[in-house]
Amino acid sequence: MTNLLSPYARTMGFEAERDSEGRLVIAMPYGDGVRGRPGFVHGGALAGLLETVAYVTLSEALGAEDKPVLKPVNMTATYMRGALEVTTYARATIERLGKRIANIEAVAWQDDPAKPVAIAQINVMLDRSGR
Amino acid sequence: MTEQAQEFDPARLIRMMSKNGHNKLIGTQYHGHGEGWCELALPYSEDLVTDTASGILASGPIFTLMDMATSLSIWLKTGVFQPQATLDLRIDYLRPARPGQMVVGHGECYHVTRSIAFIRGHAHDGDPTKPIAHVAGTYFFTAS
Repeated sequence: MTNLLSPYARTMGFEAERDSEGRLVIAMPYGDGVRGRPGFVHGGALAGLLETVAYVTLSEALGAEDKPVLKPVNMTATYMRGALEVTTYARATIERLGKRIANIEAVAWQDDPAKPVAIAQINVMLDRSGR
Repeated sequence: MTEQAQEFDPARLIRMMSKNGHNKLIGTQYHGHGEGWCELALPYSEDLVTDTASGILASGPIFTLMDMATSLSIWLKTGVFQPQATLDLRIDYLRPARPGQMVVGHGECYHVTRSIAFIRGHAHDGDPTKPIAHVAGTYFFTAS
């Protein structure tokens, strides 16, 4: 699954996994490269994780046949708890997959999926114009 | 510029912050500041692209750049260094950054209350009149 991840995602040390239900989960191990203020993961690193899991989940849902160019429209990240110096996990749910727009919700957590550290709403344009 | 804003030196802070942590990884640099605003720069790096073929910078590093620039703008607005955390941040991607170009992020704090700071900002890749992204968001003062 490593080839699903972008050079940015590899720089960040993201690791793609599957949960017990076979859903994609991306892990962000704690390290100096994701550290923000002392003792906490940087909000920008969490945003990068949420966005990455959203795009990889969307690419998988589109399958091997359908390959539109995915263009980011926008993203709103909400931070709910300080993310501590441990591995952070994230998964994404595609709320709607249309012909031209996909609406995705991504959630990041550490020890308990029911206690998210951050969530994001992500809108993506699916460009099939061939450009 | 106010006396208070002069006391807080974002150039020095960014030099310090860029020596380790997430800012070191993505290469954030100081670019400029004034009362209530701060500009940071993100030099182009092939390690931060979304795919090798297009060479387009991933949006994650741009999000981090804007988070940093807007967060520093709050201290430049209030003149007081108080602990804060991002409550939410929305980013609109107007167009991709051109491969090879440095991205400049401009963050501005336009209002503060006792508990909340309201920010906005934009990023460009060379021409400030042609932004690549806009942001809006809020921070809360964790000690208040």
